[in-house]
Amino acid sequence: METSKLTLRKFVAGALVTLFAIMLLSTFLMPFAFMITTAFKNPEQMSLEGAPVWPAMPVTFTYQGQEYPIVQMPPEMGGNEWALVKKGLKESYLVDPQNPDKGLIKWEGRWRTLQPVFRFQPALNNFQLVWDKINFLRLLYNTFAIAVLGMIGTVLSCTAVAYGFSRFRMPGKSILFMLLITTIFLPASITLVPTYAIFTKIGWVGTWLPLIVPHFFANAYNVFLLRQYFMTIPRELDEAAMMDGAGPLRTLIFIILPQAWGIVIAVAIFHFVWAWNDFFGPYIYLATKPELQPISVGMQAFNSIYAGQPQLIQMTSLMGLLIPVTLFFLGRRIMMREVVMTGVHR
Amino acid sequence: MATSNLTIRQSFLAAYQKNALMRSEALTGFAFLSPWIIGFLAFTLIPMILTLLMTFSNFRLVQAEPLSFVGLTNYIKLLNDPQMKQALLVTIRFGLISLPLSILLPIGLAALINAKSLWGRGLFYTLFYMPTIVPLVSTAFIWSGVLNPQGGWVNTILMTMGVQNPPDWFISPTWVYPALVIMGLWGIGSAMVLMLAAMQGVSAELYEAAEVDGAGPMTRFFYITLPMISPVIFYNLLLSVVGLFQYFLPAIVLFGGNGDPAGSTWFYNLYLYKQFFTYQDMAYGATLAWLMFIIVLAVTAVLWWSQRYWVFYASEK
Repeated sequence: METSKLTLRKFVAGALVTLFAIMLLSTFLMPFAFMITTAFKNPEQMSLEGAPVWPAMPVTFTYQGQEYPIVQMPPEMGGNEWALVKKGLKESYLVDPQNPDKGLIKWEGRWRTLQPVFRFQPALNNFQLVWDKINFLRLLYNTFAIAVLGMIGTVLSCTAVAYGFSRFRMPGKSILFMLLITTIFLPASITLVPTYAIFTKIGWVGTWLPLIVPHFFANAYNVFLLRQYFMTIPRELDEAAMMDGAGPLRTLIFIILPQAWGIVIAVAIFHFVWAWNDFFGPYIYLATKPELQPISVGMQAFNSIYAGQPQLIQMTSLMGLLIPVTLFFLGRRIMMREVVMTGVHR
Repeated sequence: MATSNLTIRQSFLAAYQKNALMRSEALTGFAFLSPWIIGFLAFTLIPMILTLLMTFSNFRLVQAEPLSFVGLTNYIKLLNDPQMKQALLVTIRFGLISLPLSILLPIGLAALINAKSLWGRGLFYTLFYMPTIVPLVSTAFIWSGVLNPQGGWVNTILMTMGVQNPPDWFISPTWVYPALVIMGLWGIGSAMVLMLAAMQGVSAELYEAAEVDGAGPMTRFFYITLPMISPVIFYNLLLSVVGLFQYFLPAIVLFGGNGDPAGSTWFYNLYLYKQFFTYQDMAYGATLAWLMFIIVLAVTAVLWWSQRYWVFYASEK
């Protein structure tokens, strides 16, 4: 008896907490629903009164060569969907699409009270429209190229630096490590101008180089992430390998890395998503070169063109987030587990 | 020690070999660190110093007058710049809303997901984190749509709930801050992940012991969970403060960086950015950057000092 009461209480508590979480989550993710439904709407639907929230268009029926809207008849008229042929304030004439030969049917009442019937009808060509208009393929190519090249740099350099921090005794190591961690809290504006000026001097502004090359010099977040992980790998194995005459580089590649694939992939994905979403870098370095811009800046530039067309704006944002979000769902186990294990995150 | 077994010569040799071994280990270590050391010098330390030097000069990207030392001119300009003060005020006003939320909401969310009674925790965890992955431009487009007074869902819902005059959000100089904060909530995931990881690291024994002593769930949360995760809260607070002074990209994406509506989004960093890239006054921009650095440093120092009163470090590992 006592235990069943306890299970029941546990069940109710679980149901209540979960219900609350679901409500919170739906509110939190509601804008996605807005984006998706708007992205597939026909432009005409925007200005239609009584249109549903999902992509839909009013249904029509062609009667004697003319198109008429289909309306929902009140229940006392059988609740049928009839075409409204002649609108009137007191009486209207309708036709039954199932049975047009019966001719016009008279209905007494204000035609405005009749609700138009909408059918689900996504405007799939919005995708095509945005694709062509913002030269999406070009943007995708640029984004991929910048993200992948930077990713290679980040993975190589951060792995090497993390290995150095986790395995070698050297003077001043702890100070260097503190310095590394401090850079996480350094406002980027303090280094912006000289960096920009130098990149201008050596002719890198207007190329991808400022967005790629710095990643070959490691960054604090990823070094920390990798270093924490390397510290958990027992030293016995790499010491044994060293005894057998393996150099440090071989030890890193053949002993450490095979045990740390998860975290290396996590770092790679994190960088890829970060680069995909990076706005500021391309914004300042590629301002004059639209043909080299990645998706983040390219999308923004076309905002003004679409100002009056919410469905195209939302289609653009949908297309912009599709790849990083898909990648996140594919890699979420690796990303979230590894990061929690090491207890830090970019 | 085993030295007694060795002759003096042998021990010298051993010491020498050990030294050489250590030296070679250190050299290899530095070789592996070298990408970061070079990067730190090239992209952080040297630019920082150059920025400082610029504050005493008349440096411009396109140098019309010859580059020269101007003493404290830029600093005097800084002290008498009403626009700078306005921008600082805007940032602080925004921070008063955003900073507390950026700490409290991730804690609340992490506590919810950490609740043992919640079904499908993994799913909630993933889905609450997911918006963090969405690119800034998409986020801005989505939220300016959903918060649009004409046809945005938020105001439609508010109106059906009986709100007579729902806010104008991004159009109104007062409501723009809550709107930006709400939009920023989509980035809550990264702090939540850290908070949750910290919560899961709290040993179950502590909770069991407290339960034996008759502590309810609230008491356990406030007297065990919060102190135990306080180092992570501290870390997130530091990041939020730095993030606050760096904040300006949404103002660029949403309003093209012209401070709309009515100058309410002239954030400090936007003003700085404009000095750099629009007015091309690099020297003054550099001065603004150093002021920001000093403010962030001061706030960090205060927070660091305050740690002793609220941050609890369990015995060092």
